[in-house]
Amino acid sequence: MISRRDFLQATVAASALWGASGVGNWSRLAAQQVLTQDRLLEFDDYGNVTLIHITDIHAQTKPIWFREPEINLGVGAVNGQPPHVTGADFLKMFNIESGSPHAYALTYEDFASLAKGYGRMGGLDRCATVIKAIRAARPDALLLDGGDTWQGSLTAQRTAGQDMVNVMNALKPDAMTSHWEFTLGIDRVTEIVDGLDFPFLGANIFDAEWDEPAYEPYKMFEVGGANVAVIGQAFPYLPIANPKWMFPNLSFGVREERMAEVVQEVRDAGADLVVVLSHNGFDVDRKMAGNVPGIDVILTGHTHDALPEPVMVGQTLLIASGSNGKFISRVDLDVQNGQMLGFRHKLIPIFSDVIEPDAEVAALIDAERAPFKAELEEVLGTTDSLLYRRGNFNGTWDDLICNALIDEHQADIALSPGFRWGPSLLPGEDITREDLHNATAMSYPAAYRSEMTGETLHTILEDVADNLFNPDPYYQQGGDMVRVGGMGYRIDVSKPQGSRITDMTMLKTGEAVDPAKSYVVAGWASVNEGTEGPAIWDLVEGWIRKQGAVTIDPNTSVQVTGA
Amino acid sequence: MQLSRRNALALGLGGVAFAALPLPAMAAGTVEELTAAFAGGATVGTGGITLTAPEIAENGNTVPITVDAPGATAIMLLASGNPTPSVCTFNFGPAAGSQAASTRIRLAKTQDVVALAKMADGSVVQASSTVKVTIGGCGG
Repeated sequence: MISRRDFLQATVAASALWGASGVGNWSRLAAQQVLTQDRLLEFDDYGNVTLIHITDIHAQTKPIWFREPEINLGVGAVNGQPPHVTGADFLKMFNIESGSPHAYALTYEDFASLAKGYGRMGGLDRCATVIKAIRAARPDALLLDGGDTWQGSLTAQRTAGQDMVNVMNALKPDAMTSHWEFTLGIDRVTEIVDGLDFPFLGANIFDAEWDEPAYEPYKMFEVGGANVAVIGQAFPYLPIANPKWMFPNLSFGVREERMAEVVQEVRDAGADLVVVLSHNGFDVDRKMAGNVPGIDVILTGHTHDALPEPVMVGQTLLIASGSNGKFISRVDLDVQNGQMLGFRHKLIPIFSDVIEPDAEVAALIDAERAPFKAELEEVLGTTDSLLYRRGNFNGTWDDLICNALIDEHQADIALSPGFRWGPSLLPGEDITREDLHNATAMSYPAAYRSEMTGETLHTILEDVADNLFNPDPYYQQGGDMVRVGGMGYRIDVSKPQGSRITDMTMLKTGEAVDPAKSYVVAGWASVNEGTEGPAIWDLVEGWIRKQGAVTIDPNTSVQVTGA
Repeated sequence: MQLSRRNALALGLGGVAFAALPLPAMAAGTVEELTAAFAGGATVGTGGITLTAPEIAENGNTVPITVDAPGATAIMLLASGNPTPSVCTFNFGPAAGSQAASTRIRLAKTQDVVALAKMADGSVVQASSTVKVTIGGCGG
């Protein structure tokens, strides 16, 4: 059924490394080929070091649908630069044919129909096949996990991440870094980390009281005769974006000076290659690459971007490997005498119908799921609409959640956080309990009901918008805009904080939101300790059952300018 | 160098001249008044001073700030957006091994933190850093 150009591979001769790094090069090297496992994995070994990168799995052990964003704006200098390119512009930039497997994997257009043709993506058993194949060619390849691994499914939530720990252990990572891991609570993180066979790295994680390093900053590996330093960089804004009461004694931050110190430290210790395994988010990594000398490769994460080519900042390679197990990046490097002389890169799309599951890992995944099988498979209703979350302003999954919050809590306005995790569902599919949990499972799920003035709502929207659209990436937290139900607004993303959001309007009546008036607001995922309410998945499950078949109307409530 | 609080404490015990003095007479001044008084007529330049502050405060009530100005005789810290911008002034005696200090300050809202250093020759340099105080809660 699949017969189009398939693989994405950038090959650059050592002598032309820095000159040939622009976008669009890989496709001229790609051939018209049948989509097969052999073709997906095909790679001419290069140099002496191989890195395998997977990130932001969000506890998705099984193949999923995942629609990439339609709107993913970049502000300031990165406007129109990858990864802030979507749809037809993305296809054009990377010279990808519309309707091809890679158009399906990397962009949103015609998602539902292409999905039916090309099938689900990901599955850690398929990832295991890819990883084992790379290791067969390169036994000392490093498998590096960028974090957001232990959260995002019913099974991960019920087992406090244990199912993911067990499955990942079978893949034998060489190191990982973190973000949502800490929302399991510091005691649980410590318990898991103590039992890991590989380091849990975070150069920017500090003891909050004494401002001293709290986790291993880096690990040195000997690969192909070269010393490879892997420095971990956890999500910088954990105590702000997630509940800090769950890990009260830790401090994070970008800590650029600290990164520079650690890079110097590993160079002094004999590193030939410096790799940063990062959960900064792409734009933060791009800025850090420009400001901190001496980093050869940044394996980016957090913002869930998938790019078929590395982005070069000076002589630093930025690799973006997507999310939810959809992609694995392989990067081969020629490292000699403390210098990276060349690279070859391939973003391997995990087409689940093409790549054979690894039997051992498939059995392990099924064993982890077995105690929850009946619960996971229970059908709550069906969807007539494509359900997805990713995108800067709204997604149909959050429209569904906001509709449920308004109805079940009898609220005027609903708020749903701009998370970037949560797979998609196709029109006509059943909504199972597993599907609902894939969009909601986390450790602070209380669906609150409270009153807020129009002025407070405006402050919240302005605050979140600045986390997304501050022109300095170091002030961005890497989520999408908070989703709003019951209320529309205009946003000029080019304005400073305080003046981006205007024309807040109640959708039902068309009346302007009154700054002085109180409104009943329902939401979930508050970072405040002691938030009360039912778990969001219970509230939404009850609502879906009442609906039977869910239809989400097109959402035009947010008017965007300044992009 | 970067001083942790523990290091600063150790340095203090070691007898290095290092004093942080809030200046009551100036406490009510504006940023401009405080800067003018500290500079004593010198033109305020840049360079030679490093201010390290988080981009986004994890807790606005206790924001860690480090300032390093080799060769300085005094460093003044200001929180430009606080009702009372004056934070403190560090004075360094001739025996000081380094002219750097770390402290924690309270920030009422998103604002620029400003550090000024006075050098032995009377010249004054400045660095500033925007620290965002946010309500947070929507990281993906």
